[in-house]
Amino acid sequence: MRKQIIFLLLCSFSFGQTDMTVEQILQAIDQNLYAKSRVLTSKMVVHGRRASRTIESKNWVVGSHKAFTEYLSPPREAGTKMLKLGDKLWTYSPQTDRVIQISGHMLRQSVMGSDMSYNDMMEDRPLTDLYEATLEESILIDGRDHWVMLLKAKEKGLPYPKRRAWIDKEYLLPTKEELYAKSGKLLKTARLDGFKKVQGRWFPSRFTYKDELKRNSKGTEWIIDEIIFDSDIPDSRFSKALLRK
Amino acid sequence: MMLFHLALKNLIGAGLRTWLNVFVTALSFFMIIFISGMYDGMRKHARQVTIDTEVAGGSYWHPEFDPLDPFTFEDSHGQPPASIQNAIQKQQALPVLVSQASIYPHGRIMPVVMKGIEPSQEIVNLPTHTLLEKTDGLIPVLIGSGMADYTKLKLGDTFMIRWLDVHQSYDADEGIVVHIMETENFKVDMGTIWIPIRKAQTMLSMENEATYVTIAKGVPLLNGTHNWIHRDIDYLMRDMEAMIEADEPGAQIMYVILLALAGMGIFNSQILSIFRRRKEIGTLMAVGMTRSRVVGLFTMEGGMNAFLALIMTIVLGGPFLIYFAIYGIPMPIDYTEMGLIMAKRLMPVYSIALLVSTTLFIAFVVLILSYLPSRRIAKMKPTDAIRGKIT
Repeated sequence: MRKQIIFLLLCSFSFGQTDMTVEQILQAIDQNLYAKSRVLTSKMVVHGRRASRTIESKNWVVGSHKAFTEYLSPPREAGTKMLKLGDKLWTYSPQTDRVIQISGHMLRQSVMGSDMSYNDMMEDRPLTDLYEATLEESILIDGRDHWVMLLKAKEKGLPYPKRRAWIDKEYLLPTKEELYAKSGKLLKTARLDGFKKVQGRWFPSRFTYKDELKRNSKGTEWIIDEIIFDSDIPDSRFSKALLRK
Repeated sequence: MMLFHLALKNLIGAGLRTWLNVFVTALSFFMIIFISGMYDGMRKHARQVTIDTEVAGGSYWHPEFDPLDPFTFEDSHGQPPASIQNAIQKQQALPVLVSQASIYPHGRIMPVVMKGIEPSQEIVNLPTHTLLEKTDGLIPVLIGSGMADYTKLKLGDTFMIRWLDVHQSYDADEGIVVHIMETENFKVDMGTIWIPIRKAQTMLSMENEATYVTIAKGVPLLNGTHNWIHRDIDYLMRDMEAMIEADEPGAQIMYVILLALAGMGIFNSQILSIFRRRKEIGTLMAVGMTRSRVVGLFTMEGGMNAFLALIMTIVLGGPFLIYFAIYGIPMPIDYTEMGLIMAKRLMPVYSIALLVSTTLFIAFVVLILSYLPSRRIAKMKPTDAIRGKIT
């Protein structure tokens, strides 16, 4: 009993270091991570068992429903384009000069053999809309203060019904996330680092996803080279006609 | 009768030339019967295996279901209508719930089709009773030997299965291989894992739902199936039939080449005969034989090639055809990997229709090829012919 009282006191002292409530923390994360629109140039480094591949792309994203990606390199992938509108995704490959539609379950499949799904890459909805958070503990990681937060889905149909996030108290960004299946099985981990100040917000310049069900997986790095938030992206950017251009 | 004797005498008198023509025609006969028998055997086997392991007496599909389009799987599930439910309760029908999933055998990711099936069913010949085995909370999984080779999974191996439930949320759990079945039907083997339907319904949050319902053999057409689509055996076999049909032109080209060889031999012999036997033709006409009877004689000579070829096929090729029909033909490779339902030993089927149609076809071709050169006789004058002239 005494131990429990001491633990509770420590917790309250620890959480009491900031005046933020759980909702405020989530809102702060959303303010850092999410924007009405994003234009970014990124590299995806897929670490395979023998070698690694680097795929460079430019993305235009508006909310959670519209996204357009154009692959810039390597030459084999250059010119490949993807358009996501709602739960539908079209890909265009210059080799075949064909537009193929991907939907539903396929959006949860990996992108170009990586540990990221199309949804991981393109989903952009605020956490406050999707998850109910509870603060689990406050810990030190590499000398930096973190909150550990458990997020449970508010609604059905989210790819990950449960996730646990380690949130840096200064940057108000998760440095690590564990993404769980409905049964509680750990499916993926994501690490976020290289935080930079962009347009008045902290944003990670590297995401490292790892499919925890794959044995010996070395994960996939998603490196953000350049990002612009809240820019005006014309609707024509998200037209199917642009896939072939 | 006189014409027949005369034709037979002339034919045997031609010696080696006749026997070469007869041999090539007999070879055509043999090859056409043998290869057509192989294709018929393939069809019969594929049909039998498909009915036995997959189709039974036909199916009722959820209106959204298209087995060739995995995109449809996530929407193609629902509670079967009352009449189908009734058949399921009477064990005259078997519900199957289909969904996409990913498996991680030995830590590698692989997309699969996950099918939930009633373990105690006896409608299709699959060892689903093995799914009743106790597995300590692991998902019991039945796979085919092709799938086991591809995934390098062995009996008792455990592996992770990841799927999306009806609400599109990820879920994952561990499965255990409870049985590896030997099947010639690649459609129930490659890329497919079988689990108990109750488990699948719970995993996918699709209680009492199915994607298609297979009906037992002999069960009459059900009424009141609403928008569930009835698919009969012929419909469910059409892909396999189309694959076999697509393969047949190759064999048909060979028939044409063989028949062309035989036909050219016969055609050439007829032309040569008419040239060399013009004095005989003139004499026959001079002693009163009409032109049409002379044409008939030469046509019959040619046509008798087909008859002799038939006898030669029976004598020389018959034992081979009978041997293959009894013991089958060992296949050099496993065609199931190429998407064909084919036995490891293919048993040809020689139907009466095949034998009669092949005989009539070859006889017709040979008769036509014998008749065409003989038409020149009709233009001959007996006096010129006796002199050895051809007009």
